[in-house]
Order: sequence, then structure tokens, then C-alpha cells
Amino acid sequence: MAGERRHKGMRLSKLYSFKCLKPFSKEDHSQIGSRGYSRVVFCNDPDNPEALQLNYRGNYVSTTKYTAANFIPKSLFEQFRRVANIYFLVVAFVSFSPLAPYTAPSVLAPLLFVIGATMVKEGVEDLRRRRQDIEANNRRVLVLSKNGEFGETKWKNLRVGDLVKVHKDEYFPADLLLLSSSYEDGVCYVETMNLDGETNLKLKHALEITSVEESSIKNFRGGVIKCEDPNEHLYSFVGTLHYQGQQYPLSPQQMLLRDSKLRNTDLIVGVVVFTGHDTKVMQNATDPPSKRSKIERKMDKIIYILFSILIVIAFTGSVFFGIITRRDITDDGKKMRRWYLRPDKTTVFYEPRRAALASFFHFLTALMLYGYLIPISLYVSIEVVKVLQSIFINQDQEMYHEETDRPARARTSNLNEELGQVDTILSDKTGTLTCNSMEFVKCSISGTAYGRGMTEVELALRKQKGMSMRPQDDEIKANPTKSVKGFNFWDERIVDGQWINQPNAELIQKFFRVLAICHTAIPDVDGESGEISYEAESPDEAAFVIASRELGFEFFARSQTHISLHEIDHVSGEKVDRVYELLHVLEFSSSRKRMSVIVRNPENRLLLLSKGADSVMFERLAKHGRQFERETKEHIKRYAEAGLRTLVITYREVDEEEYRIWEEEFLNAKTLVTEDRDALIDAAADKIEKDLILLGSTAVEDKLQKGVPDCIEKLSQAGVKIWVLTGDKTETAINIGYACSLLREGMEKILITLDSPDIETLEKQGDKDAVAKASFQSIKKQLREGMSQTAAAATTDDSANENPEMFGLVIDGKSLTFALDKKLEKEFLELASRCGSVICCRSSPKQKALVTRLVKTGTGRTTLAIGDGANDVGMLQEADIGVGISGAEGMQAVMASDFAIAQFRFLERLLLVHGHWCYRRIAMMICYFFYKNLTFGFTLFWYEAYASFSGKPAYNDWYMSCYNVFFTSLPVIALGVFDQDNILFSWERILGWMLNGIISSMIIFFLTINTLASQAFRKDGQVVDYSVLGVTMYSCVVWTVNCQMAISINYFTWIQHCFIWGSIGVWYLFLVIYGSLPPTFSTTAYQVFVETSAPSPICWLTLVLVTFSALLPYFTYRAFQIKFRPMYHDIIVEQRRTERFESGTRTASAVSGELPVQVEFTLHHLKANLSRRDSWN
Amino acid sequence: MSSNTASSSAGSGDSSAARKNSKRPKYSKFTQQELPACKPILTPGWVISTFLIVSVIFIPLGVISLFASQDVVEIVDRYDNDCIPAPARTNKVAFIQGAAPKSCNRTLTVTKRMKQPIYVYYQLENFYQNHRRYVKSRSDSQLRSPKFENQISACKPEDDAGGKPIVPCGLIAWSLFNDTYTLSRNNTPLAVNKKGIAWKSDKEHKFGNKVFPKNFQKGNLTGGATLNPDIPLSEQEDLIVWMRTAALPTFRKLYGKIETDLENGDTIQVTLQNNYNTYSFSGKKKLVLSTTSWLGGKNDFLGIAYLTVGGICFFLALAFTIMYLVKPRRLGDPSYLSWNRNPGGGR
Repeated sequence: MAGERRHKGMRLSKLYSFKCLKPFSKEDHSQIGSRGYSRVVFCNDPDNPEALQLNYRGNYVSTTKYTAANFIPKSLFEQFRRVANIYFLVVAFVSFSPLAPYTAPSVLAPLLFVIGATMVKEGVEDLRRRRQDIEANNRRVLVLSKNGEFGETKWKNLRVGDLVKVHKDEYFPADLLLLSSSYEDGVCYVETMNLDGETNLKLKHALEITSVEESSIKNFRGGVIKCEDPNEHLYSFVGTLHYQGQQYPLSPQQMLLRDSKLRNTDLIVGVVVFTGHDTKVMQNATDPPSKRSKIERKMDKIIYILFSILIVIAFTGSVFFGIITRRDITDDGKKMRRWYLRPDKTTVFYEPRRAALASFFHFLTALMLYGYLIPISLYVSIEVVKVLQSIFINQDQEMYHEETDRPARARTSNLNEELGQVDTILSDKTGTLTCNSMEFVKCSISGTAYGRGMTEVELALRKQKGMSMRPQDDEIKANPTKSVKGFNFWDERIVDGQWINQPNAELIQKFFRVLAICHTAIPDVDGESGEISYEAESPDEAAFVIASRELGFEFFARSQTHISLHEIDHVSGEKVDRVYELLHVLEFSSSRKRMSVIVRNPENRLLLLSKGADSVMFERLAKHGRQFERETKEHIKRYAEAGLRTLVITYREVDEEEYRIWEEEFLNAKTLVTEDRDALIDAAADKIEKDLILLGSTAVEDKLQKGVPDCIEKLSQAGVKIWVLTGDKTETAINIGYACSLLREGMEKILITLDSPDIETLEKQGDKDAVAKASFQSIKKQLREGMSQTAAAATTDDSANENPEMFGLVIDGKSLTFALDKKLEKEFLELASRCGSVICCRSSPKQKALVTRLVKTGTGRTTLAIGDGANDVGMLQEADIGVGISGAEGMQAVMASDFAIAQFRFLERLLLVHGHWCYRRIAMMICYFFYKNLTFGFTLFWYEAYASFSGKPAYNDWYMSCYNVFFTSLPVIALGVFDQDNILFSWERILGWMLNGIISSMIIFFLTINTLASQAFRKDGQVVDYSVLGVTMYSCVVWTVNCQMAISINYFTWIQHCFIWGSIGVWYLFLVIYGSLPPTFSTTAYQVFVETSAPSPICWLTLVLVTFSALLPYFTYRAFQIKFRPMYHDIIVEQRRTERFESGTRTASAVSGELPVQVEFTLHHLKANLSRRDSWN
Repeated sequence: MSSNTASSSAGSGDSSAARKNSKRPKYSKFTQQELPACKPILTPGWVISTFLIVSVIFIPLGVISLFASQDVVEIVDRYDNDCIPAPARTNKVAFIQGAAPKSCNRTLTVTKRMKQPIYVYYQLENFYQNHRRYVKSRSDSQLRSPKFENQISACKPEDDAGGKPIVPCGLIAWSLFNDTYTLSRNNTPLAVNKKGIAWKSDKEHKFGNKVFPKNFQKGNLTGGATLNPDIPLSEQEDLIVWMRTAALPTFRKLYGKIETDLENGDTIQVTLQNNYNTYSFSGKKKLVLSTTSWLGGKNDFLGIAYLTVGGICFFLALAFTIMYLVKPRRLGDPSYLSWNRNPGGGR
């Protein structure tokens, strides 16, 4: 690195005047030594006997869920937390008793298979984690050894109290206390990407006492740190350093956390405070709250239904069994009815004399026998399907964002199908709808507006108003400037140095100087090309520095005390270098809403340069500085309407005397270590930030992301409601709303606000209670008005009901506080749900989460929250589905989300294509699962009726145990993963499928037993016995359920063919192989297919008859349905088909181009869904 | 699409380092869910032709099956009631359990020429050979090999007699059918071949040729037939047939084969020993003589079922045709969608 910057000797601490010296709260520090604050660290002395006694954990880290020892018990425990699995386990145990209708191994095998499959999956995942752990544990780090030299050791061998040296771009091995750095004043830069995802560098600052030369740090001994116990708060740390008889308070400023990275600093030395699992990052590593999808919850209900069916039929069976069994002995044991059963000498399970007890036992047996009603593989299958679906989401090229190189990520597979049911989307604005990359587009200098470009908002507004945008368009296109990131300004009066010819050139110069000087950005000069880039705290600031660079005020170097610019002199027009002495930085904070610097210019004049929000700046203007106030305000209003972020730019000259007095006061305040230090500093800063002279204002555009309006339009067409929760001003929010077609022309806007004159006057009087009361009443009134407005529209115009997009609700943050009050929230929700779109302005993160909860619980419908910043985390976790935008604001939102996408527009595909498919697939899959298990289970029941309910299954044990796992599962998975258009998951449909299952079972059973009755079934006179009937009936079941699948799916690829026909093939293969095993294993299946049933034509004829007959009811029903009550997707499939025939160009294989049709499809579906819900309501 | 193919083809050749590091998902028809597929839809044409095809196949199949069934000549004679002397009919169970002679004569008339082989069956009704207790009451290993003679745990209560294992043990063997039939035609004996009535696999693999009956029917209660202890189980075909349990409570089992043709008008005298007790559970006993066709014995059900299903399909095809003629729905016409059909007609 040739162009490495030399920071040495630079007092950067001054630049970050406020941040570095956060006040220490007395309360926290007084707790040291007490509970929760008991940690003691002996610096550079880990072998101290006292330290050894404390026995803190080592730096070995294990993130695995299991260890080799506890893997089996623990994963088994996890498995059996599922009710269905417990049922199967109990069944497996009972199957060892004589109660079992079939042999124990045949029960255990599928259970073991299912459990084993899941365990293997868990194991593989855990192994991967383990490998990562090993890698991390064996990384090398330099540690000060006893002989006073730094030597390499492995991370896992670090101990609390060790002194470690970390070089540039290395990760910190544990939580360290920063002692010194290569900078003279002990600062260092840290990147915390892995912790909170923020990419901007953070400054850490060592205590002055410890920040000594690297060579002397080795002698740093005897220091004792007393601090808080390990906890998960990343941004807090409480402790004191006891050193040489003095106590020094410690703050998060001195902490370097594990998994963050040292940047821009050659090396640091630190002492290990927390190791291994005690580190903040490990303490934070808890799983996010797991969310369950609605389908899954519904599935549980269905399982309960199946359980009830199971109990009912088992009970019926045992009653009959009891009655029949009791009749086996009459006349006090003298007469035996079914003597061949030896009822006189029997076991308790068949004891006629105690028929009640026998029938109770039989009930247990029957519960096991009909256990096939409960699909054992359902959960596993669903999990497999969901994982595969997630892969499809992750692999989707249409959700890949080229610029950031980010594909979509399904962080949980639980909620795939929930995506297809989203009713309300709650969206953040900045960084979600917009790019969060600021572009300098306009400015107003001394009452003149500059900047010809049109913002997207303006374009959208024009478009909506139907105005032509041609001329403006041409103008923009004619703009020849090269594209610079963050800069989209063009005005022939300003660019290319033309500004010097303007009459107000002096003011323009001042204006841009403020932009070039008043900031905290750090320039980064590329050694080869000489190009300068900036590292700034906020994108706004970067935009300013870039803008001033582009317009001739190039900020190129910053030192401890100086800021250097290349400037164009407005008189001579020549390029000159000017160096400003930086005296103080008055930092930006959300309460101050402004930032200032005090500099001494080359002419030795003291200047205060200040920029800030209009709300705080205008009141600080000097009387003689208000020359352009009216025009500037006008411009600011226009900028806000155009969706721009504005800042007011001011300056003043400070005379030496005033400065000297002020500086004294300010430094006093800064060095104070009391609680009100912050307030005092603010007050001091306040004193000098006055009598400002207005220069103008800037307007920065946060560009809408690509495709946002289209996406929103599609989503709202699909009936999805969209709420935008933003921190922006009302005007900005409304205009952004228009720009992204959230609000549309012809939509009636309902504005709820507290900016009314009465409330303002009340506020001025300062009576808080009165204000609250009046606000409450006002909001109540406004809500009522809104309601009557919507209600009136509904009565006068029928179409309003069908089209709730008639209204848009806009509410500001203050009003929201009241609207979210328990007493008003119902009305608020009611009103909001009558509106197509809702915009909440000026809302805080907490309000965002509250609104989300209100929508979720109030409507009971599926909500999706989408956001990109840390302030959206609450909202993301609260919503049914959280979608994180992996954008510029870091990864915090992504970490809290269930799905991560790079751009808002991918939401369309995620919801309308993936969500939708997943939903349908899972729904269909579950329905089908129940169908196939009912079909199978009920044939068993019918057979019982012919076996005096004795509990003898109709089929060989192993046929049955393989049913769910081998012969019918794969097609279902294929359906769940690959099918594209399917059905809904309503109760009617589920029950319909269940009914279909029962009907099929009846057809299968009764047709089979009547064709294969007592007569010979072959030419050689042999008759049908138990084994032949079982095989034939079972074949019928396998054929029927697989063919049912074939006729009910809509999307046949080779995979479906392979799985469906493959499953049937596997059944016959199994039959041949199993049948050729010695009779001890195969029992009734011995040679049954090859020798007995395959050569019999009647068996095959029965199969054909039964399969067709069993499918006939469903097929007929569907045919009728399509004729008279077609479903939306039938129609669309048909439409597509006719289009294809008409155009005659498309072939059956060219499906790739059909995604728009899929989307259209979805729109219809969602509409159908809505109309259905409405009709139920 | 074009960009997709481009990237996939480019990936093979000049994959630059930048692309290697890219997280761009790889293109494949599988992951992009674009596999070639056919999407069947139920157009009226498809529906009607499916129904028609099914009926066109099923009706002839039904006719063929019916013909096959009609070809079979079957003589069924229920004798359980008639073979009890009239005075004993008030208490049939007592009679059958008593020591009185059980011999009984029946006369059957052949009404249609029967070609050999003619199969002789006995048919029992209301006999639950599929009862769980009954089915499980056997020892397959004992039947197969003398080594496992003592594996009788499943056979209770017919597991041992006086501490010695019963071979073959269990309720199934114990309740072996023991009525016998002696046939003669026009007063000349009619041979009934009792060989070759069991499945080959049963004889060869399930019943051992070194396993001989032991202690059979020596328990305190005698069930059915006794077995000749000198003949190995693999040769005891009656037992083998009996032990292949029936699936349903009404069943036939092969008794033997008549290997001569029977002419129309022949009378067959049957002398039978009515030993087996079906009276206590009111089960019927029937003697059946039957020829077979390629479909097996006489049962019209299959043919009728085929004809019915075929007929239904034909009817449905007709009904759909008429419906589409009377009230056609244009393909893809959205006005049929449920939410477009306003019941009040307020559109």
C-alpha cells in the first residue's frame, strides 16, 4: 500500500469531540463490584493466583447445537417434541406387546427412517458449524508472553488478562480493552460489519493513561479492571480501571468486540476482558423468535380432526368387537360359538367373559391399526419440501441484484407459504423504497434556485397528472456531465466553473465552502489515479462533499487541525489551495439537528459554518442574515414536495474576543464529568450558533429504487394493502407516496394531523395535559370524520365497496401516538382498513412495531414488514413475516428478518411467484397427504368389518409400513416442490379431499372384495386367500393414490413422471424382492406376486377397474366444476392455452416466458381470496 | 431468457475471476423452475373424449368378462342343514358333537356339460379365518423344519399336549376341516384327485418334508381333522390348503379335482361325512363343483362392474356433450368466476 495515509500524530479525537467523551453515568459505575458487575481482570497477569481462582472461561468457542456425546439424546428429544412423533413412539413401544396388530419391526422401521433422516440433516448442519468453529478457534494472534515478547498463539488459548496485539485488517479474538494504538492519541478504527452489519468505521479511543508507546506497553502491569458481567448489550460497557492507585472509568469507547475488525490503524494493543462465550457477540447469538406459518397451525387442527376420526372408528370397532366377542361363550361357558377360537381358553384380549375389558384393549389395538390415518412422514416431507423451496428462492436469478452482488436469501424456510397469503405490507421508506444513496440534485443559494434536473417524484407526479414530460426529458438527456455517484446536479449557471459569472458568485462560493468544510468526512486519495473518495458518517454528508468537489471546492486532506481544499477563486477563476484551521467541531445529533464547525480561514478570520434542519436553523438567523429567508423557505417547501431532503446552510463571522470567551466555557463543559455534561455542552454550543447568516439550502434526493412504483402497483392490484411507515416529513412522505404510486390521482386523501392552530397555541402555553387532551379529542374527531367520509362514499357509490383503493390515509407521528391509544386503536384500524394505502409519517421505531402489532392482531391477517435499518428491527420481528433489505444501512435488519432481498422490487416476485407457489404447493400437498392416508386407512377399517373387528390388518405388515415412506411420499414431495398451479387451503377443500379419500377407499374395498370373492381366481381353480386379496387391494390403493396425484397436478415435468410412476414401480419391485425372501420374513407375502397374483388375469382386470372407478368421482367433479363453477386458475390456464393456439408460435416447452402470466394468475387468486374472505365476513 | 442462456454458456468457457466470486445463482432450468412441462387442462374436448375412451374400453371388457363367467358351470349344494337327521335338528350342535353316525348322501344333477378339470370345493360361511387370534395362532418355523419343533409360543392354547409340543401347533391346524366327500357318477365311483391342490411354494418352502405330525389333536379338546403322523406335512395338502387362511368370512377351499368330463344330465351321488361343526356359529357348509374359465370361477360381478362403469362414463360423455351444446362456456371466459357472478345481479 503505497498510498497509505499517515495518521500518526494526528489528534483525531478532537474531530469526534462529543462521541469520544460520553459522560459516565455515576449510577452505573457505583454498581461495580456488586451483583452483575463482579468481573475482575488482572491486566497482563493471567497467571496471578487470584486470577486463576476466578476461573473464567477460556476463549474456546463452540456454536454447535450438539456435541458428540449429547447428539443422540438431544436430537432425539428435539424430535419427540412433536405430538405426532410421540404418538408414533408410543405406538412403537406398544407394538412389542400382544396388543399390536402387526409386528414391532414394521412399526419401528418407518419411525426410525423418519427420525433418522431428520437426525442426519441436523447432524450435517451441525458439522458445518463445527468446522467453522475449528477454523475460528485455531486462528493465530500475538500475545505478550512472560518473557515480555509478543508470540503467536491460537485464539482458543487466550485467557482473560492476556495482552494481545492486533494488526490492521485482523479480527479481534475476544472482547478487548483498548490500551494503545499506533496513533499517538490511542484511537483506532473498527469495522463492526459482523456484529451489526454497519459498514461505516467506528472510532475507538484508549484511555490517556494507557495510550503509551508500543515498546513501553509491555511494562503495563498491575492494572486491574473491574467491570460488568458478560451480557449481550453491544453498546454498553461499565467498568473501571484501577491502575497505580488511581481509578479510571471505562466505557464502550474502549471496548473492541470480538468479530469486529481493525481498520485504517496499523496495530493496537489490548487486554482481554471477555473470552469465548462471555464475549458480547456470543452472548448475542440467540436464535430469533421462531415464527410458525398459518398453514402449519391449520395443519395441527387437521391432525386433530384425523385423530378424532381415528378415535371414532377405533371406538366403533371396539364396540362391535366387544359385542361379537361376548357372544362367543354362552350358557356359562358350556357353549362355545366360535369354537375354533377357543374362547374357553383365551387371553384377556379376547376374553368373552370380560368383553368390556377385551374391547378396551381392542380400542388400543385399533388406535394403532388405524394409525395410518395420521401421516407419519408428513412433517418430514413438509420440511424437505420447504428446504427445497427455499433453495428455489435463493437460486432465483430474477431476485439477484447485480450491483450489490446479492441474491435473495430465505433465512428461514418456515414461512415460505405464508408469503403467498400476505394481506398487508408494512414498509419502511428510506433504503427500502428508496436507495438510501443520496444525490445532490438542487440547491437554493441567496434566494435563487439552482438545479434543472427533475426528481423522480416530480416525474411521477407529472405523469399522473397526465402532463407531458417531453421537454424536460430532452433537457436531461442533453445534460452531458459524466455520471458521478452521489451527484446528479446540472445547471448551466453553476457547473464547469460557470458560477463565477453569476452576480451572486461570492455567496455561491461561501455556500460551497460551507459544504466542503462543515462535515466529518475523511478523504481517501487513490495513490495511482489521484482520485479522491470520501468516507462519511452519513450518505447525505458524502453527497455534499462530492457536490462541492464536482463544483470546484475539492476537499482533499484533513489533518488534526487543518482542512485543505482545492478551490476556484471566483475573481481570478484560478485554482488555488486553501487551508483552513479547524478549531472545533460541534457534532450533529438528533436533538440538535444541526452541525457546525469553527475554522480560521487563510485570511485569519474566524468563521462558524453551520448546516441544519430548517426547523432549528431559521430561528437562529441574525436580523441582517434574513435577506433571502422568504425565497429560501419557498424553495425548501418546493423541494420537500419534490421528495427531497433539505438542509439550511448558514455561516457567521466570529470575532476573536467572543470566541475566546466561548471557547473557555465550551472546554470547561467538555472536561466536566457530571451527568449534565451533555446538556452543558449543548448549551455552550447553542451560545455560539446564533446570529447566523442564511446562505441557502441544499436538496438531496434519496432516489426511489428501481421498479418500486410498478411493484407497488402490482401488489395493490393483487389486493395487498401497503402501509408506509417513515420518519419523513408529511409533505415528503405524501410526495414519495405519489411517486411510488401508493397514492394515485383520483384517490381521496384523508389527512390526520395535529398541526392545527388551536393545538399549537396550547402547546405554546406549555400545559401538557391540556395539549394531550385536546390532541386526543382532535384525533378522535378526525378519525370519525374519516369514517363518515368513507362510509358516505360507500353508500352513494357502489363501486367504492369493491374498490377500497379510493382512499389513502396519511397520519403523522404525533397523531399516531394518540391513534394507537387503546381507546382509539379500533377506530384507527377500521379507518385504515377502509383505505387502500396508509402512510404514517414521522414515526419512531417503536411506533412502527406498535402499528405492525395492531395490524397483525387487529385484523388477524398476515402481515409482512419490510425494512433495511436497525430502526426496522422491531417491526420485522413483530410482523408475521419480516423481510430485510440487504442495502446500505447494514445487516441488522437482515439479521432480524426471515427473508432477505436486495431490492424492494423483488418483493413482487417473492410474494406473487414464490410465496404463491409455495403456498399452493404446500396446501395441495397437505390435502393430498390426508387424502392418501384416509384412502389407505379406511380400506383397513372396511376390512375390519369383514374380520369381526378383530384387528387383523388387511395387508401384510411391511406393505403398510412402507406405504407412507416409499410408495406414496416422493410424488407428494414432487408436488410440493415443483407443481405450479394449485388449489387453495380452505376447510371446504380439505374436507373435500378427505371425503374423496373415504369414497376412494370404499370403491377400492368393495369392488375388490366382490370381484375377488370366493370363486376361483385363476384357471387352475385356486381361490383367493388373505395374501392375494391384500396384495391386490394394496396395489389398487397405490395405483389410485398415485394416479390421483397425476390427474390433480397441473404441471408435469419429467420429475413428476419419474416420481409418480417410479413409486408404483417401487411397489412392485418391493413386492418381488420381499416376496423372494424366506417365508419366515415374508410370511404372507412369500412368492405372492410372482407365483400367485401376477399370472391371474382377474387381478389385473380388478386393478384397472378399481383404479378408474376410484378416480371417476374426482374427475367428474372437476369436469362439472370447470363447466359450471370454474376456479380462477382454470380460466387462466385456458386463456393461456387459447392464446397459444391463436398465436400458434408457442410450444409446450416454452414455459420460461410465462412468468408474467403466473403473476397475473396470482393477482386473480389473491382477488379471489379477498372476495372469499369478504363474503365470509 | 436470452441473458440466461448467455450466462450459462459463458460460464463454461471464459469464466473470469469476477464471475467466479459472484453470488449470482447459477442458471439451470431446474433451479429457475423452468423445466419443460406439459400442463393438462380439462377442456370439454378432453373431458368428453376421456369419458368416451373409458366407456369404449370398459364395455367390451365387461362383456368379455361376463361371457367368461357364463361359460363356467358350477354346482353348489348346501348340505349343513340337510345332513342332520330331522329329529336332531333342534340341537344341531349336540348332534355334531355327539357320537352318532354322520354319514349323509346327496345327489347332484349336472345341468350342463362340464369339461375336466372339475374342481371340488367346500365352502364355509360365517367362519372367521381372518380373526386376529386365529391368524396368528401358528408357527411358521415349526412347519418348515423339525429343528424348530419347540417354537410354539404363538400357538396357545393349542401349543402342547401334556408338555409335548404339538406339530402342527395352533388354532388353525387344530380346527382343520374334516368333512369328507366320496363321489360317484351313475353308480360308478368318480375319482377325486387330492394331489396338486396346494400352492407349489407352500409345499416346497413353508411345509417341511421332514416335519411329521406329533401329538396332533391329543389335547383335552379335539378340534377338527386328525393327521396321519407318518406323512410329512409337505404332503398333507388338505392341511396346507386350510392353513392358507381366507381373507373373508365366506370362503371356498379346494378339496380335489375331478379329471373326467361330466355330461349333461349326469347324476352324482355324494357320500359325505358331516363331521365339521359349523352349527355352533351358524355357519353354512356347501359342496361346490365348478369348472374354470381364463378368469377363474363363476362370478358375474366383474363383468357387471365393468359394464356399469363403462355405462356411467358413456352417460357422462353424453351429458357433457349436451351441456356444452346447450350452454357453451367460452374457454377462459372470466365471467364465470365466482367473484364475478354477483348473485344480486348488481353489476
